Amino acid sequence: MSAPTRTPSGAPAHLTGPGSGRVGDDAARPDGVLKVRGEFAYGSDLWMDDMLWGVTLRSPHPYARIRSVDVGPALAVPGVHAVLTSDDVPGSKTYGLELADQPVLAVDVVRYQGEPVALVAADHPETARRAAARIVVDYEVWEPVTDAREALGHPTWNQVHETEAPVTELSRESAHLHPQGNLVRHLKVRKGDPHATADVVVTGEYEVGMQDQAFLGPESGLAVPAEDGGVELHVATQWLHVDQRQVCAALGLPPERVRLTLAGVGGAFGGREDLSMHVHACLLALRTGKPVKMSYNREESFFGHVHRHPATMRYEHGATRDGDLVYVRAQIHLDGGAYASSTPAVVGNAGTMGIGPYVVPNVHVDCYGAYTNNPPCGAMRGFGSVQTAFAYEAQMDALAAELGMDPVELRCRNAMEQGSPTPTGQVVDSPAPVAELLRRLAAMPLPEPPGTLDLREVPGGVSNTTHGEGVRRGVGYAVAYKNVAFSEGFDDHSTARVRLEVVGGEPTVTVHTAAAEVGQGLVTVEQQIARTELGVDRVVIHPKDTDVGSAGSTSASRQTYVTGGAVKAACEAVRARVLERAAGLTGRPVGDLRLFDGTVVAEGLELPLAEVLGDDAVEETLEWRHRPTQALDPETGQGFAHVQYAFSAHRAVVDVDTELGLLKVVEMACTQDVGKAINPQAVVGQIQGGTAQGLGLAVMEEVLVRDGRVQNPSFTDYLIPTVLDVPPMRIEVLEYADPHAPYGLRGVGEAPNISSGPAVLAAIRQATGLPLTRVPVRPEHITGT
Amino acid sequence: MEFLQPATWAEALEAKAASRDAVPVAGGTDVMVAVNFGRLRPSLLLDLTRVPELQQWDTEDGVVRLGAGVPYARVITELGDRLPGLAMAARTIGSPQIRNRGTVGGNLATASPAGDAHPALLAADAEVEVASVRGTRRIPVTGFYTGVKRSALADDELIAAIRIRPPSGPQQYSKIGTRNAMVIAVAAFGLALHPDRRAVGTGIGSAAPTPRRAPEAEEFLAGELDGLWDSRGELPASTATRFGELVSAAAAPIDDVRGTARYRVHALSVMARRTLTWAWADYRKEATTCA
Repeated sequence: MSAPTRTPSGAPAHLTGPGSGRVGDDAARPDGVLKVRGEFAYGSDLWMDDMLWGVTLRSPHPYARIRSVDVGPALAVPGVHAVLTSDDVPGSKTYGLELADQPVLAVDVVRYQGEPVALVAADHPETARRAAARIVVDYEVWEPVTDAREALGHPTWNQVHETEAPVTELSRESAHLHPQGNLVRHLKVRKGDPHATADVVVTGEYEVGMQDQAFLGPESGLAVPAEDGGVELHVATQWLHVDQRQVCAALGLPPERVRLTLAGVGGAFGGREDLSMHVHACLLALRTGKPVKMSYNREESFFGHVHRHPATMRYEHGATRDGDLVYVRAQIHLDGGAYASSTPAVVGNAGTMGIGPYVVPNVHVDCYGAYTNNPPCGAMRGFGSVQTAFAYEAQMDALAAELGMDPVELRCRNAMEQGSPTPTGQVVDSPAPVAELLRRLAAMPLPEPPGTLDLREVPGGVSNTTHGEGVRRGVGYAVAYKNVAFSEGFDDHSTARVRLEVVGGEPTVTVHTAAAEVGQGLVTVEQQIARTELGVDRVVIHPKDTDVGSAGSTSASRQTYVTGGAVKAACEAVRARVLERAAGLTGRPVGDLRLFDGTVVAEGLELPLAEVLGDDAVEETLEWRHRPTQALDPETGQGFAHVQYAFSAHRAVVDVDTELGLLKVVEMACTQDVGKAINPQAVVGQIQGGTAQGLGLAVMEEVLVRDGRVQNPSFTDYLIPTVLDVPPMRIEVLEYADPHAPYGLRGVGEAPNISSGPAVLAAIRQATGLPLTRVPVRPEHITGT
Repeated sequence: MEFLQPATWAEALEAKAASRDAVPVAGGTDVMVAVNFGRLRPSLLLDLTRVPELQQWDTEDGVVRLGAGVPYARVITELGDRLPGLAMAARTIGSPQIRNRGTVGGNLATASPAGDAHPALLAADAEVEVASVRGTRRIPVTGFYTGVKRSALADDELIAAIRIRPPSGPQQYSKIGTRNAMVIAVAAFGLALHPDRRAVGTGIGSAAPTPRRAPEAEEFLAGELDGLWDSRGELPASTATRFGELVSAAAAPIDDVRGTARYRVHALSVMARRTLTWAWADYRKEATTCA
């Protein structure tokens, strides 16, 4: 077995960056210049001279039994080093984030189009691809189950609220995709009177299509076999340790022999929470004794990661004539696709927060996650809350229309605030300025009406479809909330190792966490916190790897809170030891001493850290947790399930060419409470990005699936917004501290992704007078053709 | 996959004659996408970007001869006044990077029903100048498209140039996409008014197996304009509406991931009506300006 002779080029180096900026400053990213100059090494840049290329043979069928696999013709191709199938998986044959139900390589049955069946390693990627195409797989093709409600035996809406919708068995032999049946999770939220009645009732049925994360850097990694029989995996991912756990299980190796390092990540948005090529590259590397690189192209990427759950939702809102909400009843069906991924947690979010940030005395929600033969769905920014927000905000507008009330007033009248009860029996125990967010939006000036014709400013853009004909403007509002960090009793923690020493005469802090930087700017936040707590400008970010404890996932808007909290705590521990040491040297009480600008200071004292530390390093490693949450009661959905909420609101102004169904989003305005902006510039960046991604789902982004097959696996036909689709934004950031969180901060990244799309829909509805119950809205929905 | 980069037109034609399955590549905005998706693995790629003649345009007897390799960006900046319809079409194509690479010749060679240049070429009565070692011939663009991604090019021919007569009247181009830039057409429409010939040119894109004209709409409108060319009088709204209906009646679209057939038919009628309204307003304005 050949040993690695050097660090793979493309592996991340220590990041230092420009070297200033504390908590609350617009600190520059340490990786910013590299990225702007095209010098940052992403996962797809990984390289070793003697490496092989791995490729994946995937199922062309959404549902089929594998009668046989003949790898012989592939092995016969010159340059091929290995061809592997599920028989070659030494450990657990299945993996998964919450349920280990997904095969590393298909075992007997394929359950979605694109499911990995076999792997090839060759000395050239083209050789590997050609060899893979020569593997002969004999499939017995089955009829796919492609509708979530049918999969659960809910072909029609269940109108009975007292009894749970029965999960019936379908008659077809193939109906049960998994041994336990097609139900992944059914969450019930029961609060108040299930039979409550009201003066005014609105009902609606809504549908949300399948969105893709559309990160720009496709799945990539490099597995390097190690001398101890283990493997080193460099990979672009969101949570190194959960990957490590699953890779170890599949390889049958202990954690100390499976070491992961984060490769440069080109965006994630939830799409890298599940394994992609991780185990595959390791299997090939261990089999061939050579480093193996796997890098998906864009088309394969669409099959290589989970998407956002499509949803069908039925809502009924009851209110008094004055506009006080009396009850909300909802049924939510989420299509989880072929494997569970994070469907149980997505169901938890969609169900517990499915009626929006409103106070409602009587709530009855059923949320289902189902197995089908559609592409697996799992984590994506907003995580279950995005889908329901389209429904509950459309309902609030419909109710306002029914009541003859202003939509903002109706929302403010029912808005959650600090001290409000949630549908799950929690009391909101930190600021919840829902009404203020809306009122601030409403107070912002509206954009000017269109002036002289500039094609870039009208629906259709330079494609020259209107010079003003048929164009009507609409204004819409939406507000959303989202849990921050992991919920429902999960032991959600992070680990930070912080080291203070003098290097070349300069006090230097090294921060080592396993928290994935996926483009959001956590490395900047880690530096800012270390500078703030230790009074040292030079902060080095150690490459992210499994040599330090888990940081938890870079998801659920949680890293600034949880890993930020861990870095803060580790810095405090380092500081205490340094000050103790200084107290010993100076005879001054520790309480009088503090760290400032590389020195220990007290009244009349300025002692450089070099004198305090000499050649010693002070290092602390700490595991840090947010306050615990609880599991939900399985029958009522009650419990302290969420540690923190993030709130945001949007106002969208949209011009609609009502005759052609084309749109121009004129302006998006957003207000968001972030508790404390650790890096205000990065906060605004998150709000802009989340707004754009929500707008994309509202008007164009959809993975089109027909009979279980993806119709548009490319950026030619999976459209994401361009600069002519994303408008100028007015953003107001509020900072009402959460007393339970480090620095009072709130997670930022997801909330704006949730409220943005529903505001766009509201604006289009106002412009057209159409109900528009499905997103993304397509031109033919508006024209009726 | 072999790669050949001829330096002269004669070498290029010889290479194509010798390897008839060679795929010519100019900007690569179609060919390389197909290669990347594994849909195309030609035995020979014939790179035409080093052939100087293809990169030039000039005017012969009042007709613009546009070298097949001139990128869209130059059509916009250098020919916006002489070829307004084509320049409007070029503005709707891709991103600046794509417009710097993509060429009208390439659009013709691919002959996709969704090619953005085709409706403008059809409306303007363009001719395609093709060449082989056997000689040169001109194909009216109306006869160039023979099927989905098929053209009248023989297997030893390459596209040399596109010949377009500069307009005697206003031209318009309109394209539907589901985002406001960088999008493949759901449907497109090109219109040229030819006051010198008292004729009307149309072109329909993405709404039939090939790009096509709408002859009945052209004849109808030419008839309606018969008394209006000189007076430059107001165009009745009913004429524009009827023109739109006739244009959409000429289409034979399908449902696909980009749009439904019904929507395409509807959108064509709206685009035809609107572009005619704009073109006629321009024609009337010209009179005011001249006077």
